[in-house]
Amino acid sequence: MSPRLVPVGSDPAGRRDLPLTITVDGEPLTGVAGQSLAGVLLAAGRPAWRRAPSGAPRGVFCGIGVCFDCLVTVNDERDVRACRRRARDGDAVTTQSRAPGDEQDGRPAR
Amino acid sequence: MTGRHVVVVGAGPAGLAAADAALAAGAEVTLIDSAERPGGQYHRMLPEAYEATDPAVLQHGYRSFDRRSRRVLGHPRCSWWAESSVWALERRDAEADGPPLVHVLRGTPRRRHVLEPDALVLAVGAHDRVLPFPGWDLPGVYTAGAAQALAKGERLVVGDRVVVAGTGPFLLPVATSLLDAGSRVLAVLEAGRPGSVARGWLRRPWELTSQLGKSGELLSYSAALGRHRVSYRMGTAVVEARGDGRVEEIVSARVRADWSVVPGTERVIAVDALCVGHGFTPQLELPVAAGCELRRGPVGSTAGSAAGSPADPFVAVDDDQRTSRPGVYAAGEITGVAGAPAARAEGGVAGWIAAGGDPGSRALVTLRRNRDQGRAFAARLALAHPVGRAWPGWLRPDTVICRCEETTYAAVCRSAGDPTSTEPRVAKLATRAGLGPCQARVCGPTVAELRRSTDTGPGPHHRPVAEPIRLGELARPPEPPPGPATPSTHPDSPTEESTS
Repeated sequence: MSPRLVPVGSDPAGRRDLPLTITVDGEPLTGVAGQSLAGVLLAAGRPAWRRAPSGAPRGVFCGIGVCFDCLVTVNDERDVRACRRRARDGDAVTTQSRAPGDEQDGRPAR
Repeated sequence: MTGRHVVVVGAGPAGLAAADAALAAGAEVTLIDSAERPGGQYHRMLPEAYEATDPAVLQHGYRSFDRRSRRVLGHPRCSWWAESSVWALERRDAEADGPPLVHVLRGTPRRRHVLEPDALVLAVGAHDRVLPFPGWDLPGVYTAGAAQALAKGERLVVGDRVVVAGTGPFLLPVATSLLDAGSRVLAVLEAGRPGSVARGWLRRPWELTSQLGKSGELLSYSAALGRHRVSYRMGTAVVEARGDGRVEEIVSARVRADWSVVPGTERVIAVDALCVGHGFTPQLELPVAAGCELRRGPVGSTAGSAAGSPADPFVAVDDDQRTSRPGVYAAGEITGVAGAPAARAEGGVAGWIAAGGDPGSRALVTLRRNRDQGRAFAARLALAHPVGRAWPGWLRPDTVICRCEETTYAAVCRSAGDPTSTEPRVAKLATRAGLGPCQARVCGPTVAELRRSTDTGPGPHHRPVAEPIRLGELARPPEPPPGPATPSTHPDSPTEESTS
């Protein structure tokens, strides 16, 4: 199994789920308002979305904006930490790669 | 009324307490945090869009935190800067006595501002330290803090069959959060051996009585693990993670007091997620940029144990939370990892003094006592859970040490043995460790330790640009900050929060 949201009906915190849709490399993914982009990706069964220089897959590691493993491009804005950015309905997310020869150079901002 | 402008960086337990006390002392406060809502990692709040009816069930001490954050954020003299990062501190040459200029990126899209405070309180916290092991770079391996942040902050669990491993009491709340969210926690693996953990905790037990709140919290976690029949194994470490594109199984092993593996004790466990934490790394780039002196970890920390690795440096502070730089104060995990109650007390002292409050105020006596008790607790914690010196025995030549640049253990060893690259800067260029996007935040302490070069200098924490800034943002002139609030004329006294 993959990461998933606690079902809203059994969540003792008593939350509501307002659905939203983002696209990831053009593919629509459904999440709920308030989730981080990383949260939407994880809950949609995608534990990895970025490639390291060797091509090895990367996703969330630190979860708080320290490790930069989860970088994505959001609506043409490069190098956004997916664990720190709230998903907004209609966000167009593009994955990144630092592997040489990949279409995107993926060279992150310093 | 002091009329002073105090900038507080970080809105976790320490920063919120600092802002609260500085407001009580009559200052004008700007409270800066990278998150949308206050609370930091400890009081991680659910997003507003969730409209949670009972957020208090997810964390200890929520109600007093909620009262304090409403009081601070709603205060007429407080400017709350959410989603804002301090990307640089600039020391002022002309006024050597003043705190540095504070360069901030604020909001989405980000706007650039420069603040000129009368006093600066740094309360930026710490992040998980994770020792590398083969496979730790596989997706599905998370820091313990990531699992906690996702479960508490979004109600997302990282997997259904999870192992929590590493060292320290923080593993317990992480496992509890996962259980509460419906994961199956297969085991909590504590690398410390029962002997050293017990020696750390049981020596001078009277020092712990003041921290009964903390002990009670730990007991409630232990009870939760018991109810769910989660096995808690001491002297056991995760020495490898395996999988095709994501973690599918882990290898655990018994370890000796120095964390060397006992041969033949390896066990394979099928998992879909692994959460690891080997203590915390203080976020020191801003204190280092401000020029604050550092010191080694608290007495009795890892350096004091025969089995331990060298201790991390922390910001040196005096009895009033002053750093070595005039006008700069530090509170919370950057002065020592001591938990939320100590962080709150440190923040209270720092904020009150930074605002120009009376240093003889009676409330300060209580705050200082709480802080000292918290620090004693921290020293105990470090003593009970040292990182064993022989952990590099888990590594293989091709094990990734720097996740960003994929520098291997063999490359780090080669560089450490090369007389032409003894300088850390040269070693960095030669191995690329620490040159990637995270700028050594994850691998820095590990590389320093593998090279046995840890000292109290800034080491891997020297990062003049503390947060990535785009060239376009840098090229635009800074905008004036929104107008300051009018200071009131009624000084109060610093307030202490209970933990329940």
